[in-house]
Amino acid sequence: MTDPLTVKNLTVAYQKSPVLKDISFRVPEGKLIGIIGPNGAGKSTLIKAILELIPSITGEVEIFGDSYKNTRKRVGYVPQRESVDWDFPTDALDVVMMGRYGHLGWFKRPDKKDKAYALKCLQQVGMSQYANRQISQLSGGQQQRVFLARALAQDAELYFMDEPFVGVDAATEKAIITLLMKLKEQGKTVLVVHHDLNTVKEYFDWIMLLNVNLIGIGPTEELFTKEFLQKTYGGSLAMLDANSSPIIVSPR
Amino acid sequence: MNHVWIILIGALVGSSCSMLGCFLVLRKMSMIGDAISHSVLPGIVIAFLISGSRDSLVMMFGAAAIGLVTVFLIQMFQNSGVQSDASIGVVFTALFAVGVVLISLYTRQVDLDLDCVLYGEIAYAPWDTLHVGGHSIGPKAVWGVGASFLLNVLVISLFFKQFKISTFDPALAAALGIPVVFFHYLLMGLVSISTVASFESVGAILVVGMIIVPAATAYLLTDKLSTMIVISVLLSIISSVLGYYIAFLLDASIGGTMVVVAGVLFLIALFFSPKGVRHHVKFSHGA
Repeated sequence: MTDPLTVKNLTVAYQKSPVLKDISFRVPEGKLIGIIGPNGAGKSTLIKAILELIPSITGEVEIFGDSYKNTRKRVGYVPQRESVDWDFPTDALDVVMMGRYGHLGWFKRPDKKDKAYALKCLQQVGMSQYANRQISQLSGGQQQRVFLARALAQDAELYFMDEPFVGVDAATEKAIITLLMKLKEQGKTVLVVHHDLNTVKEYFDWIMLLNVNLIGIGPTEELFTKEFLQKTYGGSLAMLDANSSPIIVSPR
Repeated sequence: MNHVWIILIGALVGSSCSMLGCFLVLRKMSMIGDAISHSVLPGIVIAFLISGSRDSLVMMFGAAAIGLVTVFLIQMFQNSGVQSDASIGVVFTALFAVGVVLISLYTRQVDLDLDCVLYGEIAYAPWDTLHVGGHSIGPKAVWGVGASFLLNVLVISLFFKQFKISTFDPALAAALGIPVVFFHYLLMGLVSISTVASFESVGAILVVGMIIVPAATAYLLTDKLSTMIVISVLLSIISSVLGYYIAFLLDASIGGTMVVVAGVLFLIALFFSPKGVRHHVKFSHGA
């Protein structure tokens, strides 16, 4: 059984200054992994480089032991919510249907089966009653759920999610984490860019600590310590209580 | 019969421009449409100098090539650190100026009137007919603009889902394996071809009006992309018909009046649509 994701010596730079330096790691199947690090640590960049959305200088990425080109259909992606224009003339169901496009090929249009599938995905995030709602009329949390439903419609085995918990209400956060846990139970692998250190222990069984360099990746109980966090965040981390959950005092 | 031909040409120009305009408006690239419509001028002139005629396919594709060069140059300047609006401004004004210089240099050799290129003269289009085997088969403009209209309909309906997703969420589109850059240049190529096909009837400058205004109006009137395209096409047809008759009554520029009508329709939509000024309270998107 090959690992869902293997990254070897990945380096990415914008305008000659490195954003990610020589990153190598392996991710085993069925883990829910939080990608954690300060602003500018390269968390989103890592996902984009793996998905070949931005060029990398060096490095090899293998997904299920093959190149991403050949494994696209097994990978789901949730970009940052702010990356799209929510005034676009479309409704929630139509956005979720876009998740099916990868399975359709060049000329086939989404049919009734795809529509039924998309509706089922909306149902899983508790949004079926909003299927025909114009997307600009949805709250931030509802928009995030639509994005999540779209990723479910991709019917993938390995998921990358860029800050799904940013700017959402408590109910949505709970709905999302419940869903992610369910994906994990189904043996799927989920990598999530995450900011709130207070919820790390509760949400993730593995974490990846990133700050341009890879500080560490492994089980949360081993890596979520004062020592590792200070190594990742440097001076911007202030522990209120060293024994319980650390809290970042400075803004993210 | 000439009334019908002129209205038909105007409606075809409007339809073929406005369906592309929908994507430009949604990509927040209206100004790129403006840039292309100006910078194809040197392409029109060069192709005209080489081929000596105004209706050759050579001319269409020559200008389309210049249109793509425009988009490519704008992108290149942006990537090397020039502000995006500045790089659009630099590229299209410089290329447009080259066109103006070329026309003034060769004005005696070529029958290409700068006023006509800029503002169009649809009124004479019906007399410039195409002949096959000695029989007239209608004005050349109808065939030229009609061909670009059919090309746009064909390409957009074939690749509707690709255009839609790469407009709404280019990152996901690329992750799904859709060649986002290819579709970007395909769209820009269509804009260039439509501009060149239309310049004789509404002129290089006013064609921007037909690209942007009906699309911007349709955006206010619907929440669905396919409906937006249909509405924008209908609006451009209405603008052509009304514009023609108003121009006829006032004895004014036909192309100009068509775009003025489109502008008036936009204002009406802005005041009375659900998304317009009277109802602009919306949910904020949060952080």
